[in-house]
Amino acid sequence: MDFSKLNWKKVFLTAGIPVIVLVILGLLPVYGSAYNLTLFTYFLLYIILSVSWTIFSGTTGYISLATAAFYGVGIYAAALYGEKYPLIVVVLIGGLSSFVLAFLVGAITLRLKGIYFAMFTFGLVLLMKEVIYYWEITIEGTRGRFVVLESNETIYFYLLGIFVITMIVAYLMKKSKYGLALQSIGENEEAAAHIGINVTMVKILTYAVSAIFMGATGVIMATKLTYVDPGVAFNPLMSFSPVLMAIFGGFGSIYGPVIGAVIFTYIQEKLTTGVWNKYYMLIFGAILVATILYLPSGLVGLIQRIWRRVSGGQRAHT
Amino acid sequence: MHILEGEGVTKYFGGLAAVSDVNFYVDQGEVLGLIGPNGAGKTTLFNLISASLVPKPGIIKYKGKNITGLSPYKICRMGIGRTFQTVKIFASLPVIENVRIGALFGSGKRVSSAEATRYAGEFLEFVGLTKVGSLPAKDLTLANQKRLEVARALATQPELLLLDELMAGLNQTEITQAMELVKKIREKGITIVMIEHVMKAIMNVCDRIIVLNYGKKIAEGTPQEITSSKTVIEVYLGE
Repeated sequence: MDFSKLNWKKVFLTAGIPVIVLVILGLLPVYGSAYNLTLFTYFLLYIILSVSWTIFSGTTGYISLATAAFYGVGIYAAALYGEKYPLIVVVLIGGLSSFVLAFLVGAITLRLKGIYFAMFTFGLVLLMKEVIYYWEITIEGTRGRFVVLESNETIYFYLLGIFVITMIVAYLMKKSKYGLALQSIGENEEAAAHIGINVTMVKILTYAVSAIFMGATGVIMATKLTYVDPGVAFNPLMSFSPVLMAIFGGFGSIYGPVIGAVIFTYIQEKLTTGVWNKYYMLIFGAILVATILYLPSGLVGLIQRIWRRVSGGQRAHT
Repeated sequence: MHILEGEGVTKYFGGLAAVSDVNFYVDQGEVLGLIGPNGAGKTTLFNLISASLVPKPGIIKYKGKNITGLSPYKICRMGIGRTFQTVKIFASLPVIENVRIGALFGSGKRVSSAEATRYAGEFLEFVGLTKVGSLPAKDLTLANQKRLEVARALATQPELLLLDELMAGLNQTEITQAMELVKKIREKGITIVMIEHVMKAIMNVCDRIIVLNYGKKIAEGTPQEITSSKTVIEVYLGE
């Protein structure tokens, strides 16, 4: 390989920064306080959810509101198998179950367009909740289940692992031939089909893969909860939050949802624990409306625009 | 040899027969024109050939093989490329990426990323878009967007190319250029079926013409035969 041709600035940006960030995050339990560990756990949780949402919905334009369903499947996997198997196996079970569910749902619904797909996927969350309530109350005669607890450090490191895998997958999707197919589907699905892309397969598979991370995350987060019931596991907010975060950060890039998730989670934490706790949903709403109106490509879009102005418009054509 | 054949091809939308019992063939290497008034079923016939729609009843054969009911991506990989009446480009992707995607997925063969870039460059040059290769596709003029669709379809390495109103909405100069392009594509050995309303173009480049009206084939023949046909003059060309 000819090293003189390597663009070192680019190498640093694509490999250097992620490694530094990873080291800082990996050592957090050593130097950070218990509070910070919990805060960062939630950062990672929402980053994973909004990045994996963006992998499919951000690229193809099919707005999925089923995140809570796949996350909830993970939570229930933890409740059902947490005692029987080691945590890593349960994480795999949760991820795989979500994959299968997303694959089936995708096969049925991905011919629906626009708002219909969004409605159906949101319906899935409510359906799962009601069906499991029914099952538990009328057939098993119980309500809810207990979950085996894990230490905060274990939870943190598992999430960090899932986070790294999610980011790598998102990056590879973006850079690969497969990602290009996905983008072309988002741009014009009919044209994509007519130039040789198996659109149905690409859509369903991507949807199912993105659900793996949501399910796996659900398993880990369940171990914080002691007790879960369908109302807790299939909380519709878990469908909406990742979407809002991705829109806020800008889902045109991988960094957008990351930035959006961190900022939103931080604001949420500050607002819910402070004197403003009654108004935080209101403030969220206002921020979101302002974002959609004034920053259609999110924070990342804004930063790029400022950068372009500062650097004298050299990148005007890209 | 017939590269494409249709037997009794029919398509109903509700109670309306958009295409009704049409038999047709396309010979290897020829340029076939498809004309007729608006709503005659020309684009529907294209959609049936390229598998956006499935004929019911009717059979479409490509190189002697029945291809009725296959998915569009398979049809494309077998060697049938198409463009669209209303341009369907990947608007926010760069021009060259539009063509690269065609090269990467359309041929059914394994194409490496570097090869795809090389092909894309060649086809952009072929249609005359080399200079604007890095612009987002949406920034091109209509004429150039149509050229881009042709380049993207060519990148899928078709043996049969369906051109849907390549010249609609273009000015005189652009029409002349588009006609040149069609002739150049033909010289590459690619069979062409084209829908067109620009008569000058049709008469100039087509070997044979099929006329549709209300979904039915009402005439078929060489440009001379078509221009002198009474029925065609009555329903389409006018006195």
